[in-house]
Amino acid sequence: MLFSEKTRTLDSILNADPVDSLFSDLLPTANNNLARHNFEVAPVKEATSFVKKWNNSCHENLKIKFNHGTTTLGFIYQGGVIVAVDSRATAGSYIASQTVKKVIEINPYLLGTMAGGAADCSFWERQLALQCRLHELRNKDRISVAAASKVLANMVYSYKGMGLSMGTMLAGWDKRGPGLYYVDNDGTRLKGKLFSVGSGSTYAYGVLDAEYDNELHDEAARELGRRAIYHAAHRDAMSGGFVSVYHVKEDGWEFVSRTDVAELHSIYKTDQFLPVS
Amino acid sequence: MSLVQPEMRPHYPDYATAPTQHHFSPYADNGGSVVAIAGDDFVVIGADTRLSAGFSIYTRDQNKLFRLSDTTVLGCSGCWCDTLTLTRILTARMQMYQQEHNKVMTTPACAQMLSTMLYYKRFFPYYISNILVGLDNEGKGCVYSYDPIGHCEKATYRAGGSAGALLQPLLDNQIGLKNMQNVGDSKLSLERALAVLKDVFISAAERDIFTGDSILINVITKDGIQDYSFQLRKD
Repeated sequence: MLFSEKTRTLDSILNADPVDSLFSDLLPTANNNLARHNFEVAPVKEATSFVKKWNNSCHENLKIKFNHGTTTLGFIYQGGVIVAVDSRATAGSYIASQTVKKVIEINPYLLGTMAGGAADCSFWERQLALQCRLHELRNKDRISVAAASKVLANMVYSYKGMGLSMGTMLAGWDKRGPGLYYVDNDGTRLKGKLFSVGSGSTYAYGVLDAEYDNELHDEAARELGRRAIYHAAHRDAMSGGFVSVYHVKEDGWEFVSRTDVAELHSIYKTDQFLPVS
Repeated sequence: MSLVQPEMRPHYPDYATAPTQHHFSPYADNGGSVVAIAGDDFVVIGADTRLSAGFSIYTRDQNKLFRLSDTTVLGCSGCWCDTLTLTRILTARMQMYQQEHNKVMTTPACAQMLSTMLYYKRFFPYYISNILVGLDNEGKGCVYSYDPIGHCEKATYRAGGSAGALLQPLLDNQIGLKNMQNVGDSKLSLERALAVLKDVFISAAERDIFTGDSILINVITKDGIQDYSFQLRKD
């Protein structure tokens, strides 16, 4: 491939009609083709790995640091789905924000979570919200969690290997009842009853696996989600801030609570150092 | 045995060279810091006026605040060439919206548009730290901060740019009153916001080589945008 004077769009790389424009995101995209966003790319041979080079640590003084998200969890139990997340975003070792909304409200029946690249998650889940709304208008019916997760998985799969970073869960309620799917940047899509995603996920799993029970009552389930995120925030340096809990029920999701980790620490710390035996 | 003997092949030096490596290095860090603080009916944004490259100073008098409408201002720091391109396209998009819908774009709408515009350069990002301020649909002051590829968060105060990591903790303490017990819910006045804004820049100029010379401040209220400037150390 030759070097071109003009900036090439991702389109031309992906073997489609070449489109060169400053307003590339305004251009109409082909019908029903979810993969076609006219992203602009660098005018170099390996355009799709260009950004990875600038994320690399070898360019320490001139590095593009993206905000990254961290501990999230979701589980299905007899009362619906619980989704709990922390709120810290880090750019390298800098805490870029302690107040990030990592639960993305796609529609009144669907929630998405954010782990990995914050911009990747928020952009693609917004794109998913658009597709879900279009599905509703075309079919006069809400999209199922299975379908929504597949739409998202297909969208990110078409950018596989280009450096997208997202580990997301979709939680919702449809005709099949409560639904929970895990979707990540390499196109993995898994259905399950319990997931935790992010750098603090191992800590969250520890709490979750020890205490989880399908027959949990609502308040205990919410508390389990909150507690698992709290412990992850405590042990994982890249998690922290506030713990947000959501509950998905038959009539849609409900926001439960948002608590400062410092406050939770003062509540939980009393039983942290229980005497042995 | 092949038909053509290896030693019989003609030698064309032009075609025998090793592959050449091309370096494409489009980014520069021109420094600069931006700080924004929002109140109930106002928002202030300040940016220093130093533009530098490494240890040399290009200019001591560069405005980094861009007026997008009567209620919206964008502060940019980082790669200056990217800033020029982004703000040029942004003003064009604001104008297109205005002519298409016959109304001025609101600050929240502009904030979302900026996010998507940054994300459409996901694979060739703008190297800019953006802070967008303005009045929301209820007339309340709001601050939106971005990462280089368009992750957007609404806040009430924010520091960005080369001294961002230096100034944000100061704001957390002075404006956010973080981790303090028994602090009242006192309303932030414009005078206090301006005083803190000047103080944090004085501190930044003391410790960050990319921040200094002077600051330009925009105060946005329902009555419009007012300009102020304030001198910093020139060393």
